[in-house]
Amino acid sequence: MEDFTPVSGLIGGLMLGAATVLLLWLNGRLAGISGIVGGIVNPKGGDRGWRVVFVMGILLGTFVSTLVAGGRLVQVQASIPVLVAAGLLVGFGTRLGSGCTSGHGLCGLSRLSRRSVAATMVFFAVAMATVFLVRHVI
Amino acid sequence: MKRLAALLSGTLFGIGLSVSGMLNPAKVIGFLDVAGDWDPTLAFVMGGALLVTGPIMPVILRRSRPLLAARFDLPTKKTLDARLLGGAALFGVGWGLSGFCPGPAVAALVPALMGGLPAVFVFTGSMVAGMFLYGRLARNQTQDLSRRRATSSQAASEARP
Repeated sequence: MEDFTPVSGLIGGLMLGAATVLLLWLNGRLAGISGIVGGIVNPKGGDRGWRVVFVMGILLGTFVSTLVAGGRLVQVQASIPVLVAAGLLVGFGTRLGSGCTSGHGLCGLSRLSRRSVAATMVFFAVAMATVFLVRHVI
Repeated sequence: MKRLAALLSGTLFGIGLSVSGMLNPAKVIGFLDVAGDWDPTLAFVMGGALLVTGPIMPVILRRSRPLLAARFDLPTKKTLDARLLGGAALFGVGWGLSGFCPGPAVAALVPALMGGLPAVFVFTGSMVAGMFLYGRLARNQTQDLSRRRATSSQAASEARP
């Protein structure tokens, strides 16, 4: 548990929660990232604008944080072919399943949505099983 | 105004992701690896977020409308189906293999660009391709369905004397 950072984790989490309630309170939208990005990739109707701006906000916020924190925030361990496969699975799976860690995990659980509770249990369990297989079996 | 609100929320979301450490897929895998050197940080991130959204979202949703828009845009489906659970399972496999979910995959493009980490671009590019592929398949399916509906109603009207 050498990398355990509960305080910054909790503070970051509070900020993610604040961002989520802000978007719902002001714009009436759920901050589900797969849905927001999916609506840019496959636009339906004329609501691409706020989605693009929201994603630009994510990039801006991360840029500021990276400048302040410095150092390497990101370590990728998977190989390139695994990243390609994983990316396709995450992209396709979150659209098919109507949500990801933010949409189902955060917004859905707070609304006590039955679908989101089920989806969150499935993707956490499957992800843990996948890591177990990759790290300790294969 | 709505775009300004989206920018504000997105920026806060990006800072939150960075502060929480969840931009780093190695840290996410540290949480998912329950049999290894377990790092419970992700639970504190989710906990912190739910501490805000849990009590406040129901209060917001009791209002008749959001501050800047005509109505709340919320999912309407209530039933569990194979698409939901199958999609969540596919996502789980990809998340476990890489340590990336969609939010961090977008945000991590910034440190990747600043620090020269092409692997992030590979992942996020593939993720966008996966979303695009789903969008195409879903569109073809609805087109097939409406075509089938059109032909069957045509057949029905022709069968009528």
